[in-house]
Amino acid sequence: MRYSRLAYALMFASSLLAGSLFAQQKEIPFDSAGDFLKLPDDIHLGEVAGVATTSTGNLWVYYQGGGPNATIGAARIHINGGARLLEFDRAGKLLREIGSSENGRPYAFLFAQGVRVDPQNNVWIVDRASRMVVKFDQAGKVLLTLGRRLEAVGELGSSGVFGRASGPPGSGVPGDNFNQPTDVAWDAAGNIFVSDGYANARVAKFDKNGRFIKSWGYTGTEPGQFNTPHSVAVDARGNVYVADMGNQRIQVFDNDGTFKSEIKNVGAPRAICISPGAHQFLYSSNSNPTEDPFLNGEIYKMELDGTVLGRFGHAGKQYKEFGMVNEIDCRDPNTLYVAEMMNWRVQKLSLKN
Amino acid sequence: MKTRCMSGVAAALALSATVTLFAQTPTPSGAGQAPSGGAQAPAGKPPVPPGGLTPAQLRLLPKALDNAPDIKYEVVRDFMKMPPNMYMGEGIGVASNSKGHIFVNTCAQQTRNFEFDQNGNFIREIGKDSYGNVFCHGIRVDAEDNIWVIDEGANSIIKYNPQGRAIMILGRRIGFPYNGMEPPVKELNPAPPYIFNRPTDVAFDAAGDIFVADGYGNSRIAKYDKNGRFLKQVGSRGSGPGQFNLIHAIAVDAQGNVYAGSRSDQRIEVFDNVLNYKTTYDQVGAPWSLCITPGPGHQYLYTSNSNPDNQDTPLHQVSGQIFKMELDGTVLGKFGVPGKEQGQFSTVHGIDCRTDNVILTTEIVEWRLQKFILHPTKAQGGTK
Repeated sequence: MRYSRLAYALMFASSLLAGSLFAQQKEIPFDSAGDFLKLPDDIHLGEVAGVATTSTGNLWVYYQGGGPNATIGAARIHINGGARLLEFDRAGKLLREIGSSENGRPYAFLFAQGVRVDPQNNVWIVDRASRMVVKFDQAGKVLLTLGRRLEAVGELGSSGVFGRASGPPGSGVPGDNFNQPTDVAWDAAGNIFVSDGYANARVAKFDKNGRFIKSWGYTGTEPGQFNTPHSVAVDARGNVYVADMGNQRIQVFDNDGTFKSEIKNVGAPRAICISPGAHQFLYSSNSNPTEDPFLNGEIYKMELDGTVLGRFGHAGKQYKEFGMVNEIDCRDPNTLYVAEMMNWRVQKLSLKN
Repeated sequence: MKTRCMSGVAAALALSATVTLFAQTPTPSGAGQAPSGGAQAPAGKPPVPPGGLTPAQLRLLPKALDNAPDIKYEVVRDFMKMPPNMYMGEGIGVASNSKGHIFVNTCAQQTRNFEFDQNGNFIREIGKDSYGNVFCHGIRVDAEDNIWVIDEGANSIIKYNPQGRAIMILGRRIGFPYNGMEPPVKELNPAPPYIFNRPTDVAFDAAGDIFVADGYGNSRIAKYDKNGRFLKQVGSRGSGPGQFNLIHAIAVDAQGNVYAGSRSDQRIEVFDNVLNYKTTYDQVGAPWSLCITPGPGHQYLYTSNSNPDNQDTPLHQVSGQIFKMELDGTVLGKFGVPGKEQGQFSTVHGIDCRTDNVILTTEIVEWRLQKFILHPTKAQGGTK
């Protein structure tokens, strides 16, 4: 008994050592539930930008559907979008759609970028083209809007396309108007953090009532600077994790935006997620680029300090492969949902740690 | 498909949203310049010389037109039956499956895909409001009855399973405002392996490998394995062997040889399965659409020398027929005349020949699906 305990201890110690030395080589076995969302014949997922679960296990899916069109007048171009927001039950059965083509979809639905569910089960969508973040309650009522959709699309290449008060791309101009925002997260006090985004390069912080507090960052490679901040997550202590995709790193800030550290060995993080609970884990997807649907694509599981615990998956078009994962839901750290832009689907993954 | 006139912001928008800014400029079949991506098309009518064809147009007449024997044929009248208050748009692609069901890709107010039964009764719509429905260009059915839709506006080829669910996407639509992609208005050579520039058609070999005709913008055949992994490509813009001037149609025979229609210079080019150039057939006009009978046994190649979408051109009188060929290029016969009546051709854009001596067509100018029964003689590959 004594010897076997010693042996176990030795094995445990050596596996820890191996884990730290060959962290990136450890493959986490996993499975996919395959095609588990059941849709009626007249609804087809397009590029799935976001997936998020509620505390009761329902699923919200925000995706780019078809049929967007532009109305071109003499001076202004108005875009009407094809973004759609669906709710499913835990078995994958469609429960409802927020808005419809007949009755009108919410004004912000233009080009889907992400959906998140907060601890109170409110549903937040991030729309890249309308440059808005919108909070719905569970009944679908609009509770809060952040940012404002442009009245019209300016001439491409002119300053008009950059939008009101958001400044030239990458300037990180403060304020509560976004330029192609990418993600939203909250701390325990309900403060709101928005990564902004494709055309800007900053993180904006609001209080729980939507009052602008501050923002930090602009285009660059130094600590506290960003090159396409594409995803944001907050841990239980209020630290803010920003997927700095273009700089191939995750930057960690304290709750006021003071730079703390960076995580650099996990590729180009397109989607990150922090699981709730006593022991929190950080997931990050090194999603494939548009140009190569078979490059990279692995998802990393980390401690909050950036220690890699393992990785799984790769890019491709089959089940258990990923087509540009754009968002991860990790409410249950061993049951992940991933939204895939290029495979037009949501996969439910079971990790076998 | 048609000549399009786009410029500036409209061009960028049209690539993402269905902006209807496309001016239809009359272009004679074959004689016109292929509209390259985003290029300004010549406005107005082409010059019609008094008394007939210009020397340039004469050179474009199908060499086989006068000598190819006529194949007896009949049309199934009023074949396509749409439900009340539902409309077909321009007929772009047509393909049948193993049960005889017929799939049509149409440019309606929105790009749509319809399924009909073997008697032409409407059954359902495939991929309603899909993200991939931007600007129709074709539809094909593979050996497992999967339905493949080619969309030149979405720059994508979407594989639907027989139940009508999208299960694989090749290429990627340019998002609006942008999803990290620049509008690929420039022809690239070599083209990026996984990015199309207005693709036109798709075909499959017996192993399930995928061949994409790409297209208006690029000038290549791209080959992928059955899981969508890039294997090889061939082609550039031009009139030499292995080059294309608007590669507009593609088909594969049982041996895996690849037949590609270079529409604007009236050539069908043949490649082996690994895309080595083999030969060219240049006697059958502009190959707007190709199909090869699946067999088993003897296979035939059909090609449509479609008439232009303008009757006021000399070429209209010498186009608008479908040629039947041996795979080696021997012309066995021809059938069809241009016109708007049932049984005539009004700018054929899709043909299907899954069943021997049954030809399905979709046409741009008349918004219809037609079914033809051929009665070839023995010399024309018939049984009698």
